[in-house]
Amino acid sequence: MTTDTASQDMRGGEPLKRSLGRALRRQKARALLLIAPLLIFICLGFLMPIASMLFRSVENGIVEEILPNTVSALDVWDVDSTELPPESVFRALVEDLQVAIPERTALNVARRMNFEAAGFTTMVRRAQREVPGWDLETDGPFRERMIDLHRNWGDLDTWRALKAYSSTLTGGYYLAAVDYTMVSGHIEPMPDNQSLHQMLFWRTAWMSGLICFLALLLGYPVAFLLANIKERNANLLLILVLLPFWTSLLVRTSSWKVLLQDQGVINQILVSAHIIADDNRFQMVNNKFGVIIAMTHILLPFMILPLYSVMKTIPPTYVRAAKSLGANDWTAFWRVYFPQSIPGIGAGAILVFIMAVGYYITPELVGGPSGMFISNRIAHQWYVSGNWGLVGALGTILLVAVMVLYWVYDRVVGIDNVKLG
Amino acid sequence: MALPIYATPLQRVWYYAFRVICGLIFFYLMFPILVIIPLSFNAQNYFTFTPEMLALDPAGYSLRHYFDFFTNPDWQLATRNSLTIAPMATLISVSLGTLAAIGLSQSHVPFKRAIMAILISPMIVPLIISAAGMYFFFSAIGLQGTYWGVVLAHAILGIPFVIITVTATLVGFDRSLTRAAASMGAGPLKTFFKVQLPLILPGVISGALFAFITSFDEVVVVIFVGSAAQQTLPWQMFLGLREQISPTILAVATLMVALSIILLATLEVLRRRNERMRGMSPG
Repeated sequence: MTTDTASQDMRGGEPLKRSLGRALRRQKARALLLIAPLLIFICLGFLMPIASMLFRSVENGIVEEILPNTVSALDVWDVDSTELPPESVFRALVEDLQVAIPERTALNVARRMNFEAAGFTTMVRRAQREVPGWDLETDGPFRERMIDLHRNWGDLDTWRALKAYSSTLTGGYYLAAVDYTMVSGHIEPMPDNQSLHQMLFWRTAWMSGLICFLALLLGYPVAFLLANIKERNANLLLILVLLPFWTSLLVRTSSWKVLLQDQGVINQILVSAHIIADDNRFQMVNNKFGVIIAMTHILLPFMILPLYSVMKTIPPTYVRAAKSLGANDWTAFWRVYFPQSIPGIGAGAILVFIMAVGYYITPELVGGPSGMFISNRIAHQWYVSGNWGLVGALGTILLVAVMVLYWVYDRVVGIDNVKLG
Repeated sequence: MALPIYATPLQRVWYYAFRVICGLIFFYLMFPILVIIPLSFNAQNYFTFTPEMLALDPAGYSLRHYFDFFTNPDWQLATRNSLTIAPMATLISVSLGTLAAIGLSQSHVPFKRAIMAILISPMIVPLIISAAGMYFFFSAIGLQGTYWGVVLAHAILGIPFVIITVTATLVGFDRSLTRAAASMGAGPLKTFFKVQLPLILPGVISGALFAFITSFDEVVVVIFVGSAAQQTLPWQMFLGLREQISPTILAVATLMVALSIILLATLEVLRRRNERMRGMSPG
């Protein structure tokens, strides 16, 4: 009897627990139903495309697909051997090329191999003219004939590279993204004149760090001032922060490019003030200096706004109490006010750093070769080389770094606490 | 933070020094934006103030760069593209984003944190990566180089801003109002349009402004996903700056500064209205 009353509704209908549970489930379902269209849109239009783009960084089916016989014939050949692969491998290569050349796929594989070691395109181009006319049964042996076409076919390095990059999944693009190569069959650093990526990653990191630090250095006093004056005045001054924030990135970048030029306004002022000579103008654009000045300016509002929103909540009574207990201005600030503003520093600094690391437009326009970031290298690989695997590998490394920071940001600030303006 | 009467001379010096430092930082923030405005009226093809301009001689000023902007077919196409792409992208991100933000603000949402992280991610992922990924995907489904491709890509980029601003407004929303409406017999649609939407409208509009400016200002993704027929204003500016820089860019930049002033003013009015309404409501 008692169990019955506990599990039954007063009206004697279904148990209360069950009907509450059902109501909750319905509520959850309704919430998810509202979110679903957007979530599906973002997953389909954003997350999936990025994932599939990143998958290109390990995908390497092309060599085995176009040269299947060569790849399987190479199984018997050891990378470390000092002799050329046996005749069977050359015969397999001719067989593959006789299929690939009429299908116009031979140059694709050459282009793929060219990303790793120069010369493959020429080698295949030469072969394109002769190989289709050869008879597999009677025209052998093919080793000498291939070497006659292009002497690189007689080079051990050609075969080592081909074997090293013949697997369907490869780590080769990642190796290239950190300046390593396995063209010799073993993983080793690239020659110095080709290794660029490590330096670019490093440069992106330290310049973003410096920009972040400068933004903090300039943003902290401004946020402090805004948080400690009358609200009416603060709202007016805030416009001076918000207007740059709302002004187009292109407008601000072009304005810096115009200002910092050799014949620009800043050099003009310096020359007319006789600080520098007319023929000795400062080189401020197309180098790191220009990127740092412009990016600090562009990202400064992203530092000031989170700092300001934290500082607004710091009660002024603590500092007053510290002073009344005998602390001087500096001690009261450093021991009492500053620690309370650290959440704002964390929020602003991580936000600015995340944004700076992925910057493309500003370094492209005011950076020149010495101010290039990793994003610019990715775009270059895309446009100039069409090396999509390397784009994927460089992109993955950059994305992982950003995601780690995003995770930290979520921990420190919480994504739902992001404030805009 | 007024200076007390008993301040020592050192405190006095620091008080004014601090204000001067802050003034310099504000100058750094505003200078690049303000200086292009007079430069855009330059009568010459220079990027500096000519002696005539410094002497305030009317002959040193002209509207020729504006004239060039309004007559050059490239710039006109770019303006038209920008003005047709951004509103459509805004419409998509605002409608889907508002719906999702309302869903997210319910009390029991499973995987709320993860969903939020996914919806905000377009703002965090470096643009070059988003652009490359979207290029492949949009080519695969035949949208690369089309108007709708660019619109969808820009809508995705605008969504985080809508989510952030609308969820922030919903925090202050009094949930008993929807319950009251429902108890008086209004259906969910009517409750939304008659009760909830008018109250959260400031947040929705400011989200829309963010989404609009995101699309209006975006270069990287449109370069990848669009083709020459979708060339937008920022794209045209980017090309102009990278190749040979023409002073017409300064006129365009000035017009865009004017646009951002209008947007900022709208936002400020909304914020004031929102604060007034918050002040009246019991919460």
